[in-house]
Amino acid sequence: MTLLNPVEIHDVHFSYGDRPILSGLDMVFPAGKVIGVMGGSGSGKTTILRLIGGQLRASQGEVKVFDQDVSQLSGTDLYQLRRRMGMLFQQGALFTDLSVFENVAFPLRENTDLPEELIRNLVLLKLHAVGLRNAAHLKPAEISGGMARRVALARAVILDPQLIMYDEPFAGLDPISMGVAANVIRRLNDALGSTSILVTHDVHESFSIVDYVYFLSNGKIVAQGTPAEMRASDDPFVRQFVHAQPDGPVPFHYPGRTLEQDFVLEQDA
Amino acid sequence: MIGNLLARLGGSIRTFLSDLGFAARTFFMLLRASGGVLGRLRLVSDQVFFIGNHSLVIIAVSGLFVGFVLGLQGYYTLSTYGSEQALGLMVALSLTRELGPVITALLFAGRAGTSLTAEIGLMKAGEQLVAMELMGVDPVARVLAPRFWAGVIAMPLLAGIFSAVGVLGGYFVGVHLIGVDAGTFWSQMQDGVDVWNDIGNGFIKSVVFGIAVTFIALYQGYQARATPEGVARATTRTVVIGSLTVLGLDFLLTALMFSK
Repeated sequence: MTLLNPVEIHDVHFSYGDRPILSGLDMVFPAGKVIGVMGGSGSGKTTILRLIGGQLRASQGEVKVFDQDVSQLSGTDLYQLRRRMGMLFQQGALFTDLSVFENVAFPLRENTDLPEELIRNLVLLKLHAVGLRNAAHLKPAEISGGMARRVALARAVILDPQLIMYDEPFAGLDPISMGVAANVIRRLNDALGSTSILVTHDVHESFSIVDYVYFLSNGKIVAQGTPAEMRASDDPFVRQFVHAQPDGPVPFHYPGRTLEQDFVLEQDA
Repeated sequence: MIGNLLARLGGSIRTFLSDLGFAARTFFMLLRASGGVLGRLRLVSDQVFFIGNHSLVIIAVSGLFVGFVLGLQGYYTLSTYGSEQALGLMVALSLTRELGPVITALLFAGRAGTSLTAEIGLMKAGEQLVAMELMGVDPVARVLAPRFWAGVIAMPLLAGIFSAVGVLGGYFVGVHLIGVDAGTFWSQMQDGVDVWNDIGNGFIKSVVFGIAVTFIALYQGYQARATPEGVARATTRTVVIGSLTVLGLDFLLTALMFSK
């Protein structure tokens, strides 16, 4: 039976020590959709992925993945659950001592008993999907950052996961690689019938592939809707983000003393 | 003033105990995760090659020089008492009981231990360990356990090589350079060295050192802050804590094994 919403987040709070990161978050990630999570640096986007993956536990609220509360799972159950997920890390997180082929084959070798011939075919098919079948023999140190990200993408989807999480998949990519990556993310999601969560800063590329987007600021959702709704939104935060305005609800300067105070143009009270 | 000092002291003791408890917990996690290693001996043998083979040259060369020095110093001391014929026995006992296991462990901490710490620390900094967890693979079982058992296996092998090369070094200096009789050199050694008491206890020492040094190296890497500075500090801690642990354990084991 296919779940309506493979991931549901209800009233989640999370803090590092005394510093609150997320407060009262409610989100749903419907099956078969690509959902964008956007916001400035430090807004808590990556923390959401870590909560879904069970690396962090919410201090309050519920994170349900495939109808299981992640914070209630034992270590073994959590590992079982994670085998149904794939994650693309910001820097790729390829195993530097393994070749491109072995990196992609890694989840298959560790989590299945498939014969070598089948592993080979599956790995080459996934590498073909990201355009790197002929780079299978290379080591991660021998390929570019963009290629490494594509290899990591092939590895993230090698087990045909029902949930794929992408942490800044477009960061540091050239325009061609960015377009290719966006296209691959959408095609993979549609081909596998999975749910994809896309944490990104990149408005242009992500709006071309996501079905729905959440905007986060200071650990709270400040806006949500389809890309078309967001483009037409009058919300100052959304406008600042979508139109890349340097100042607005998200200040350009780190909070503290004013310029006038620092240059003694204005006396401290 | 005194209150602050006491508070600091208490804080340090608390941190030390908490770290010790965490290390003990990690050690038991490592042992529990080691079951899977038995089914995948290839992972261990790869690491034995990596750890052992890469330490072989430094161990063999050091063993040779230590053997040379033992040959010289042993001869000078023994000849004072007219006992230079016991040179072979002295060289062999010094190496098998003490110098072989201890110097090998110290060199191992500096060569393979730092390499293990840096490798695990950089894997952590590069999010490779987190990536593994999110693939449903336990990094303790997949990464730490094979390296741990490889270190435990490699250490006695390296200590054996160190002692053997050291004996040859002592033989070269004693017999070929100084002129001690070759037959006496070997026969004294054959008569005086006991397989169980001397070689056996040396073997046990090197296994214990292997467990200690390899675990310290892996633990430091696993607990390192995921930054270049964090990895550098962890590497230094491996050498310092590893070396002191080896020397402390050597004293304890020697007292237990050789006290009459």
